[in-house]
Amino acid sequence: MAEIKYLSEHYSKPEFKTLDGYKKHGGYEQLARALKMEPQKIIDEVKASGLRGRGGAGFATGVKWGFLPNNGEPRYLLCNADESEPGTFKDRLMMERAPHQLIEGMLISAFAIKSKKAYIYIRGEYMGPAAILEKAIAEAKAAGLIGKNILGSGFDCDLDLYLGAGAYICGEETGMISSLEGLKGQPKLKPPFPAVQGYLRKPTIVNNVETLAAVVPIIRDGAAGYRKYGTEKSAGTKLFSISGNVNKPGTYEVPLGYKLMDLINIECGGLKPGRKLKAVVPGGSSAPVITAEECEKATLDYECLAQMGTMLGSGAIIVIDDSNCMVDVLSTISHFYHHESCGQCTPCREGTGWMERIIHGIVHGHGNEGDLDLLIKIADNMKGRTICALSDAAALPVLSFVTKFRSEFEYFIREKKSQVRGGQIYAQLHH
Amino acid sequence: MFKLSDEGLKYVKTELTRYEAKQSAIIRCLYRAQDENNGWVSQEVIQHLSEVMEIPAAQIEEVATFYTMFNKTPVGKNHIQVCVTLTCGMLGGRELCDSMMKEAGCKKEGEVSPDGLFTFSKVECLGSCDTAPMLQVNRDSYIENLNTEKGVELVRNLRSKARGH
Repeated sequence: MAEIKYLSEHYSKPEFKTLDGYKKHGGYEQLARALKMEPQKIIDEVKASGLRGRGGAGFATGVKWGFLPNNGEPRYLLCNADESEPGTFKDRLMMERAPHQLIEGMLISAFAIKSKKAYIYIRGEYMGPAAILEKAIAEAKAAGLIGKNILGSGFDCDLDLYLGAGAYICGEETGMISSLEGLKGQPKLKPPFPAVQGYLRKPTIVNNVETLAAVVPIIRDGAAGYRKYGTEKSAGTKLFSISGNVNKPGTYEVPLGYKLMDLINIECGGLKPGRKLKAVVPGGSSAPVITAEECEKATLDYECLAQMGTMLGSGAIIVIDDSNCMVDVLSTISHFYHHESCGQCTPCREGTGWMERIIHGIVHGHGNEGDLDLLIKIADNMKGRTICALSDAAALPVLSFVTKFRSEFEYFIREKKSQVRGGQIYAQLHH
Repeated sequence: MFKLSDEGLKYVKTELTRYEAKQSAIIRCLYRAQDENNGWVSQEVIQHLSEVMEIPAAQIEEVATFYTMFNKTPVGKNHIQVCVTLTCGMLGGRELCDSMMKEAGCKKEGEVSPDGLFTFSKVECLGSCDTAPMLQVNRDSYIENLNTEKGVELVRNLRSKARGH
């Protein structure tokens, strides 16, 4: 099986982003259908479909919806469109090409969980997609698809867009909730989980763009139809955003369980001439790196990658060829996590900075024997000791890079220069 | 003293009614005020918004300082944010930024060029890794698939445009 256009069937058609164009291709028919169903039946269908959160965590969507308490309090649905994990850009494509698909998925989901207010939280840098979504929301409001008595069903739901302002941590669901509440986007301690106490301390469901958009074909084809793709535990298709040293980077939709090397070689046209695969970061910058040898055995599903000690994450694949210095790449990643730490928890605030300083020291030729063991010690002490997972996200690449490419780091410390590109890397050229 | 335009005031009043909690409007209103204050958020901006929005200045300030898209110091007419994270970093984002800064006459990040036209920032992931290296000019445009030559050319074009050539 190769690339498949299931969720992304009409993404190449410019009219698909307008209400009329979307309707021409069956848009909002599933909303009409869903509004005639019992909300619980929709939740059951989503559960049966095996849909898992496409934002990174991979938690079962229907199960998450089932965590909402029946306490009569208002409920909120939040769409996580923050998408700021380095390597990840697939949601941007969805929002640019199919804004109404997201809105339809959100309205069906809001109906299922009995929410009357939904927000899309989009990162501030995505001004283009935000403008497209604003327009689509206005079109849907004018057509009576958002607001009171949607399609004469008696269901009321308001939907609005919320623009962030450049903070990676707002992609973490409780950080996002803080941001939406008008506070600094700092994560909150869990439990209570957002399903119990979320936005404005009311029951809240947070789902990713791709997850919510996938609810539309699940209603259309039923759980069984959705399960035609993927594997038993990783059902359906998934959008993968691929970047780095491949000939055709971009966003590709393939069934879960697809071979990583097929995606690289067939869809992405392989590597540049004369280059050799060195490593792949398979699920966004926080996912532990895998070696070229491991890539040969990797399939793109939650289970296989977890078994390899890494993760599918958001489906962001970064391909690294032999022209890259792993010390330099890790230095970039470590700078990112230090910059984006919200500063609430000591292990993260101090640990990310400490690791960055050590790696920068190596890159600038000031590495010491013992740096690598110290890095491993710091990273080990950061995992699982903070309010949110940013600390783990910073620690995991350090552990995997240093462990799997240790000789490259040792060479750098010993020789005070990189093993690749004749020793020339950015830091040495400019500092 | 900074004051929002009449249109800006109207915008803020509308935003205040848009969300479930009125403080949720802070980010949008900060963007508006930043645009009206030549691209940066000063203490005067925060004070004025606090009065208009009836929200404590400290709360507005903590939002303004938490997010990277609010500039805390003056910027040039073209605030050029070059992505230098993972893929962009691997494919030359940092070199791109350095060569553009040199062309614009900026000695370091965050500095306004002598002609007032440019400020450069090396920023973290902008979400366009397939078109790396890339950059954003102010808030409204992505320029993608760059190399140092194209970057230098962009600086020259923006300079010509500003001078009305």
